[in-house]
Amino acid sequence: MNNPAIYHRSAHWKISWLFVGIAILCLPFADLTINTYDPMAELGRLFSGLLQPSIAAIEKPFEALLQTISFALLGVSAGSVCGFFLALIFRFRLVRVSCALIRAVHELFWALIFLQIFGLHPLTGLLALGLPYAATFAKVYAEILEVGERRAYDTIRHSAGISSAFFYARIPDLWQHFVTYTSYRMECGLRSSAVLGFVGLPTLGYYLSTAFLEGQYAEVWALLIMFYLLIAGLRYWLHPKLLPFYLLAAPFIIANDSTITFDNIVRFFTQDIVPAPLRNGEGSAALWHWFSELLMQQALPGIVNTLVLTQLALVVTGVIALLWFPLISGLFFGRFGRSTGHFFLVVMRSTPEYILAFILLTLWGPSMLPAVVALALHNGAIIAHLIGRYSEALPLRIDASRGINRYAYEVVPRVYSQFLAYLFYRWEIILRETAILGILGIATLGFYIDSAIQDIRLDRAMLLIAITALLNVAVDSLSRVIRSRFRLSMSPQQTR
Amino acid sequence: MFQLQSASASYKDEPVLTDISLQIPAGQKLALIGHSGSGKSTLLRLLYEQRPQHIALVPQDYGLVSRLSVFHNVYMGQLGRHPLWYNLLNLLKPLAKPVQQVGAILDTLQLGDKIFEPVSQLSGGQQQRTAIARAMMQAGDILFADEPVSSLDEQQSKLVMEILCQRFSTVVLAMHDIDLALAYCDRIIGLDHGRITLDAAVTSLNRNNLLELYGE
Repeated sequence: MNNPAIYHRSAHWKISWLFVGIAILCLPFADLTINTYDPMAELGRLFSGLLQPSIAAIEKPFEALLQTISFALLGVSAGSVCGFFLALIFRFRLVRVSCALIRAVHELFWALIFLQIFGLHPLTGLLALGLPYAATFAKVYAEILEVGERRAYDTIRHSAGISSAFFYARIPDLWQHFVTYTSYRMECGLRSSAVLGFVGLPTLGYYLSTAFLEGQYAEVWALLIMFYLLIAGLRYWLHPKLLPFYLLAAPFIIANDSTITFDNIVRFFTQDIVPAPLRNGEGSAALWHWFSELLMQQALPGIVNTLVLTQLALVVTGVIALLWFPLISGLFFGRFGRSTGHFFLVVMRSTPEYILAFILLTLWGPSMLPAVVALALHNGAIIAHLIGRYSEALPLRIDASRGINRYAYEVVPRVYSQFLAYLFYRWEIILRETAILGILGIATLGFYIDSAIQDIRLDRAMLLIAITALLNVAVDSLSRVIRSRFRLSMSPQQTR
Repeated sequence: MFQLQSASASYKDEPVLTDISLQIPAGQKLALIGHSGSGKSTLLRLLYEQRPQHIALVPQDYGLVSRLSVFHNVYMGQLGRHPLWYNLLNLLKPLAKPVQQVGAILDTLQLGDKIFEPVSQLSGGQQQRTAIARAMMQAGDILFADEPVSSLDEQQSKLVMEILCQRFSTVVLAMHDIDLALAYCDRIIGLDHGRITLDAAVTSLNRNNLLELYGE
């Protein structure tokens, strides 16, 4: 046949390989070694702890769980109420930009900041959770309000007044969307709250890291298993009718005897975070020197490492998601296989990446490898879960092929744009997580931020946090450009 | 080759087919006619399930993967006849031999110039011909098709019917174009509300009566 047609690669194919190419270019800059003497033996000890559950190991975990739940409930509730009011004024540019910046700073960094201001007072944990959650709620609630039906509202607005019209004509329609999203965020809140323990709050992370460093693996497993049960049983114990009771009890659980000193707050704003040369009145030349030194010696290497790690983790996340989504899809596995797949994915996505990274780092020693693996396992499982569910609704013809042929020819081409949408959406989330993994000792921005705080150089820490936030905002907008350019869309309720 | 004995089928407790008995010998070209909702598609499916391994199928909604090229969609007709590594390689980079085979089929359907277009870029008629090409790519000489020419113009419909009747020896079509059924098939079964109301050789049928009863 004399056919002049040439086979063209699709745009999705090209963008995928572009990102794989970038990740390969990142490889030489990434330290992916295993530093511990005998990682397998340590791993063996960890898993043998799973087989030796001890009753004594339950006592502390119970207290840790109560604290974790209480912080999460109060933080997310406060965040959702504030977020709702912010959503009503989200059309103002100032509100939108402030929310974007607040969101761009991870809960752990907020916790590090508030620890300097309020010490171990419960307010630290509440604000560290509530502030970024309020900013996220504001954005998503505003999106929900925007797409909702408003004809009824416009009809009665003039006669009924704006606020009555709002509660009668808009809230009933959208209520379910708000509830769905808020309860989803509750699950995230539990994870965040658990992780806050790693910087000293009395939640799960605190007990987990102590138990881990002491080699009490039975206790580690008790903590993790109780945490999984907590998340798996969320819809049973977090009944709307019980919520007021929980909210009343929670403040008593998180209360402790530390007090807030006003002097501390004043000192934080007027001295601690003021750049050292300014504080000491050394003039603008010294300020420039301070700034350029910080930029060249800490911010730049931190940014490079953060980006390298993010790009590697992004690509591995994509690969894992594509490999794992069939595990829960009825197109590939029967009922039994799917239940196993569901169990596996639930465990993987319920374990916060910070905890995964912490465990892997203890086993393998500090390098980028544990961070890449932790980020990819957690985020890959989340995307695999979403794609797997999406694939169930695909209309396959009755004579469609089976097995890997079905996977490659029928399913992957159909889910691929959805897959890319989720992956690019999580790009910014992966970047934010990458930055905080620095606290564990990997030289990303979080490493320099944590070191500056340890040295009580809060001026430097604040500048580095601001740089991290800007980097995050930049990647977020790049991801949005790519998503709109390639028309990759998804509904806001499904993801976050 | 196919037979049903007082078969019935229902969908959500609504009877779709009642008391259907028929036999289809090998080599017959059979058209199922009737208004939409008369049970044509269900009957086709019931017969299909008797020997799914040997039938090339053109479903009513085509069952194409719109992100893939016409070439890949047509190639899917013979996935089962090649080793997995070959299929995966061909997915990444179209291989010369299948390109030539697919191209030959597409040329007869006047679709040769679209071989590497994504299916999502095609018109309805072009998509329908892609689904037909996939069926032609399959092994075996039995064809089951649900409204295979519904989106094609008159000239193309005739071309496609001619090609299909040549390529496959046993053909079962659900369709509502009575003129085409009379021209290319040798037996017509009329369905109404899930019952067979007509079963006759084409030579014994009168066009006007058929139009009155089953035309749309």
